[in-house]
Amino acid sequence: MLKIKNLKADIESKSILNNFNLEIKPGEVHAIMGPNGSGKSTLSNILSGKKGYDVSGEILFENKNLFELETEERAHKGIFLAFQYPLEIPGVNTNIFLKTSLNAIRKARGEKELDAIEFLKLVKLKAKELKFDEEKLNRQLNVGFSGGEKKKNEILQMSILNPKLSILDETDSGLDIDALKIVADGVNSLRKKDNSFLIITHYQRLLDYIKPDYVHVLMNGHIIKSGGPELALELENKGYENFN
Amino acid sequence: MREKQIDKLKDYKYGFTTDIENIRAPKGLNKEVIEFISKAKKEPKWMLDWRMKAFERLKNLKEPNWQKPKYPKIDYQDIYYYSAPKSASETPKSIDELDPKLLETYKKLGIPLQEQQRLNGIAVDAVFDSVSVATTFKDKLNEVGVIFCSISEAIQKHPEIVKKYLGSVIPLTDHYFATLNSAVFTDGSFVYIPPGVKCPMELSTYFRINASQTGQFERTLIIADKGSYVSYLEGCTAPMRDENQLHAANVELVALDNAEIKYSTVQNWYPGDENGKGGIYNFVTKRGLCKGTNSKISWTQVETGSAITWKYPSCVLQGDNSIGEFYSIAITNNYQKADTGTKMIHLGKNTKSKIISKGISAGFSDMTYRGLVDISSKAKNSRNYTQCDSLLMGNKCGAHTVPYIKNKNPESNIAHEATTSKISEEQLHYCQQRGLNPEEAVGLIVNGFCKEVLQQLPMEFAVEAQKLVGISLEGSVG
Ligand SMILES: Nc1ncnc2c1ncn2[C@@H]1O[C@H](COP(=O)(O)OP(=O)(O)OP(=O)(O)O)[C@@H](O)[C@H]1O
Ligand SMILES: [Mg+2]
Repeated sequence: MLKIKNLKADIESKSILNNFNLEIKPGEVHAIMGPNGSGKSTLSNILSGKKGYDVSGEILFENKNLFELETEERAHKGIFLAFQYPLEIPGVNTNIFLKTSLNAIRKARGEKELDAIEFLKLVKLKAKELKFDEEKLNRQLNVGFSGGEKKKNEILQMSILNPKLSILDETDSGLDIDALKIVADGVNSLRKKDNSFLIITHYQRLLDYIKPDYVHVLMNGHIIKSGGPELALELENKGYENFN
Repeated sequence: MREKQIDKLKDYKYGFTTDIENIRAPKGLNKEVIEFISKAKKEPKWMLDWRMKAFERLKNLKEPNWQKPKYPKIDYQDIYYYSAPKSASETPKSIDELDPKLLETYKKLGIPLQEQQRLNGIAVDAVFDSVSVATTFKDKLNEVGVIFCSISEAIQKHPEIVKKYLGSVIPLTDHYFATLNSAVFTDGSFVYIPPGVKCPMELSTYFRINASQTGQFERTLIIADKGSYVSYLEGCTAPMRDENQLHAANVELVALDNAEIKYSTVQNWYPGDENGKGGIYNFVTKRGLCKGTNSKISWTQVETGSAITWKYPSCVLQGDNSIGEFYSIAITNNYQKADTGTKMIHLGKNTKSKIISKGISAGFSDMTYRGLVDISSKAKNSRNYTQCDSLLMGNKCGAHTVPYIKNKNPESNIAHEATTSKISEEQLHYCQQRGLNPEEAVGLIVNGFCKEVLQQLPMEFAVEAQKLVGISLEGSVG
């Protein structure tokens, strides 16, 4: 599904990623852990299509060169990024945003757009599953949402859009224990043989709920070690300093 | 070249010209031309005298120059003051006899005039260059006593009402452009709503500039008699030309006791090209007089077109308990400039005014909100609330807020809030990540920003206006 080969990324001639390689197959869940500033968000931004990076190397998504696609085209193809810091958009009603987003993606895929009633039905269902307070959906997008509510809102969007590849950038940070469980349930319910996940986290705890197939350690601009779920435990015990 | 033209057409879809034979007054501003206009309109003598009085006064007036957008000197002798399709010179005429080219023009603009295709529930007065070419649903309105016709027709058929109110809100000598308009005004709409009548449909005027080197001097007069209500909307478009054309309108509204006038504008004059060449100078004087007690006048404007927009739709709150409202969206892109806002003059007791202004600037454009809230010493217990929000796109455009506040009454209260924000790259990226292209993203954010004002528009036009807001900002991202 996703093949990253020899990715190199600089910002303002400062090297962030180099010789970065990763392959995610359909249905797999990969976790990436790494110290602050190691380039995890940079990676997810680049995958999403954010501008402002000098990049080289190759990223294929379903055998298509991602660098040739605009951000929104990547979204249409099924790439979803749950942002580490979800943006506030004053004046834009959350429900309207969700509906516009869903319909833009459906339209690009040649699917029928949902009318207001169909959409509300869907959003009600998903909000309920995620125990997301529906009243908040009538507020301006992320404006005045608590940190945890913003994160939950990302997962709500993910479950409505049903993406093929979901990238979760520290979605667990700032969530209370119950919310963590709910978010994990959300991910697990989307987990199917074609849907893949790239989960960026600092805490082994999330991986208790979402069992990853692979865990990678990102340091010095690339993956220095890969393994199974046990690698996360090892990291938790040793810390990055003593890890090598 | 061709491609570029097609591109341009996409940007401004109203930019076509209708090839039609015109009757024109000779170029220039002089007594003969004013006589020509008055004669062409078969006006009574008092009207011509009134025009001449304005013309005399004009000689002692100077163009104001305190506004932010500056423009090259206008040569008033190099303008045609009257241009009318030859076929429409024999007014009034039934719509069935109208020149097919005119019908086609309005159809292309989305305003079908023919009986069977008319817009539901909206009566339209169609003004083409200097003349009103058609007014729909006249008979139906007549049944309830509503008069809706061109100002030219009103001067002939309802002289007593016109005489009483014309110039009663905007005095003949108000300022240069208003006085110029009084001397040379050509056409516009006239509305009279009799006591106690709630106008059964939306009234609207569609202004079209077609001829080149021609100024449009619209004059509109709306009177809502005691206890009546009317909602009126005007729309405007013009062909794409390299020259700048002047549109200097005067609009006067009078609301008597317990009457309400809701006046909406969707202004989409040709804004000029992406390098700032051409476009309309939209220098307009709009003023409403809340003459009666408990009267209400509400202005809503969506200003997206014109090279320069310079206007302050205002309310004079003379009657006790009267209410004035101003809701505005002004958008400038490329090299467009706008200096717009309102004046709320509180004279009566317990008068209230509300100003909601949303300015959006993109490209190299420049936007100024200028507003006056003036509470006189007699206007006891009056209130104003002003909210001015600016949204900037990119860092080459400008936004300025210039509020003037005069409160001479200690029992009265003025509240002012202002914000300036910017659409960030991060916000756009977030929207794009959710599948919206940059234009859709901007449209969504901007419509969210203007929502409060869009909601004020009559339903039928709100959707159109919303689209227009998106289109005007096309090309301003990425
Ligand atoms: N716009 C920018 N300009 C300059 N440096 C940047 C910019 N964006 C990121 N960086 C730098 O790139 C490095 C990687 O940042 P990134 O956000 O990818 O780290 P991260 O692994 O996600 O960290 P965290 O765990 O704290 O979220 C950091 O040193 C950061 O300061
Ligand atoms: Mg990060």
